[in-house]
Amino acid sequence: MKIDQPKYKASDAVDFVIVGSGAAGGILAKELSTNGFSVVVLEQGPYLHEKDFSHDEIKVLQEDQLTNHPKLQPNTFRKTPQDKAKPQRALVYGRAVGGTSNHFTANFWRFHEIDFKERSKIGAVDGSTLTDWPISYADLEPYYTKVEWEVGVSGLAGASPFDPPRSKPYPMPPLPVKANGIIFERAARKLGWNPFPAPMAILSQPRAGRSACINCGFCLGFGCEVGAKSSSLASMIPLAERSGKCEIRPNSYVHKIEVDERGRATGAVYFDEKKNVHLQKAKAVILSANGAETPRLLLLSASNRFPNGLANSSGYVGKNLMFNTGAVSVGVFEEQTNDYKGYAVSRILHDFYELDAQKVGFYGGGGLDARFDLTPIGFSIGGLPPGTPRWGKDFKAALAHNWTRTFEIFGHGTSLPVEDNSFSLDPDVKDAWGLPALRLTYKDHPDDLKLAHWLAHRSIELLDAANAKQKWTFPIDEQQFGVHLLGTCRMGDDPKTSVINSDHQTHDVKNLFLCDGSSLVTSGRGQPTMTIMALAFRACDRIMALAKRGELA
Amino acid sequence: MITELDRRRFLSHGIAALGATWTAAHWPAVVAAAQHAHHIALFPEDQKWEFFTPAEAKEVEALASCIIPSDGTPGAREAGVVYFIDRALVTFAVDDQKTYRKGLPEIQKRVRELFPEASLFSAATPEQQEAVLASLDEAGAKNAPRRPRGNFRPNATAQPLFEVLRMHTIAGFLIDPEADRKGNRGGVGWAVIGREPGHSFQPPFSAIDKGYPGWQPAASVTASKQAGTRDSDQK
Repeated sequence: MKIDQPKYKASDAVDFVIVGSGAAGGILAKELSTNGFSVVVLEQGPYLHEKDFSHDEIKVLQEDQLTNHPKLQPNTFRKTPQDKAKPQRALVYGRAVGGTSNHFTANFWRFHEIDFKERSKIGAVDGSTLTDWPISYADLEPYYTKVEWEVGVSGLAGASPFDPPRSKPYPMPPLPVKANGIIFERAARKLGWNPFPAPMAILSQPRAGRSACINCGFCLGFGCEVGAKSSSLASMIPLAERSGKCEIRPNSYVHKIEVDERGRATGAVYFDEKKNVHLQKAKAVILSANGAETPRLLLLSASNRFPNGLANSSGYVGKNLMFNTGAVSVGVFEEQTNDYKGYAVSRILHDFYELDAQKVGFYGGGGLDARFDLTPIGFSIGGLPPGTPRWGKDFKAALAHNWTRTFEIFGHGTSLPVEDNSFSLDPDVKDAWGLPALRLTYKDHPDDLKLAHWLAHRSIELLDAANAKQKWTFPIDEQQFGVHLLGTCRMGDDPKTSVINSDHQTHDVKNLFLCDGSSLVTSGRGQPTMTIMALAFRACDRIMALAKRGELA
Repeated sequence: MITELDRRRFLSHGIAALGATWTAAHWPAVVAAAQHAHHIALFPEDQKWEFFTPAEAKEVEALASCIIPSDGTPGAREAGVVYFIDRALVTFAVDDQKTYRKGLPEIQKRVRELFPEASLFSAATPEQQEAVLASLDEAGAKNAPRRPRGNFRPNATAQPLFEVLRMHTIAGFLIDPEADRKGNRGGVGWAVIGREPGHSFQPPFSAIDKGYPGWQPAASVTASKQAGTRDSDQK
């Protein structure tokens, strides 16, 4: 069905301009527009639809159909602020209407209570700016539930003894189990651990005019051609458009937030597809451009009044970046598992969510999942055991044997916030629009690396208990590349050590709001999108309350 | 024994049109048919190449065929990998044109160094071809495992032709046959690795989940006191 969106003039101030249409931007657009506010969403990428999604690994993974493009948008990387950054791809994020939610794996773990108050519980950690959130799990719980019901999450309430309290069960049962989930479950129970059905933002039943998952097997990295994956594109954007109050404007690359002489945001300046520049005026501005582009946009918006970047009186814009720790172990099994069919993850466990630093010797915690998230070409390049011939008949035989018998145990864990870990503007490298490129500075906190090794040991124990015929762990190196982009405009009560308050309002500019991965104070245990979406629902309530009180004018 | 009708059906529709079980049971015949088709139908005089010269195409096909051989099941040759690469070099891999133009003569030089009697890679014996590839595979199986991270192009810096060709051969063998890229003809690459054709599957996916009784809470769910977890905090 073709939906007629309103077309707002750039010169007419709408109630809200939202930069970014991903996990957070999609929800903000839907909530604000269906509550009667006029909204323009500026998305730098194209507007792709289900019919545009395919299983062409070249187009999607190599040509970056859905993601930021390294040729147009180069990055640089350095380990420490003392180093000179070198050109290197440093991050992947969704660059299309729907953002990263188009291609995510769809693991939808809620954060637990501990994630919000860990600093109080364990004290300071050397080399980290670890701090508590200004809100608690209880504050966010109703919004987690809202995500599950409105965006669409499949799962089984009460299945994990470690789950935080919830006010409602999941709206749909778990997706059909996969062989890797069964093997994982049996092995974990042998070890005395507590595996349970993975909560996934993929529909196990038709819902709200969307199809249930058809188990095509091209999930991580790909857009869902039946709308079963609960992206913003499938779930929220259509509702925003149907409100008659929201215009989604794709191919609109925002590079500056305009501020008036009173220090109020007046709109967003962007390039259209032909690189013509426009100013979309708005009464309030919300940045949901992700944990890299939101801080970049604030830094690009520096002015005489805000010399260090907009909303950056704390100096924290772009800093305290967290990628999440990860370790991937792989097993090859005797029996065929055929895990190439279906979505990626059907069983997880949270027994190690809170490790005792006194016992293990480092801070952190995490979870394990069983998954097969590789597609045929990617598997053939990176999924065979170390030492396998790289060509010839033995290579081919290994492919033919292993494709249906391989899966991974993925350990996901905490990243500690470190002030130097950051996104900033590269002084030399420019993007295709002549703007400073994103520069990544990152060096894992030593505890994060210790945690990754610890999780890998558990994964190998599990693969042993599962009688894997072959098993190995991918090397655990210091990260130089991220997809979870967290903490770079953190939330807090103190304007000296945070960028936004608990209403997502910047401390420095009263009608400028930030809501995306950059808002997170801690990294959780590796699955941030659920929390980003819950924050977005909560932010809407807060922002609408401020608007009603006339505090945005 | 493959019938003429089967052969024609194979030639016109490809293996994806046939059931996976049928395909598995008839591999040798299918390969024979495909190789026959290759000899009679591939590289016709008037074949329009988008990038390669006919002579280059012949060498690239021989190289690809050594990377994924036709050894009882279809290989790079039956999957039409050379056509995929030819198209790739004027589309997504246009940056690799130089690597091929410069690298192919170097490979021929290597052939002559190792086997003075062989004039071209394509004219060398299978054993000689393997020896040439082995000499080019510097990274070899010693390579540490590397998890593909979305973008699997060998990084932007210059790569030797062998690495690029290996990547392109794999991609041309296993690309979704429905993609408009001329690779994985008839879905033979997917059939070789055991990926059923199609883009929609219903459980059970394997014998393992077929017999699964459904998720049950563990007999005695106790908050596990793992070494390392915080005793006081578990609910």
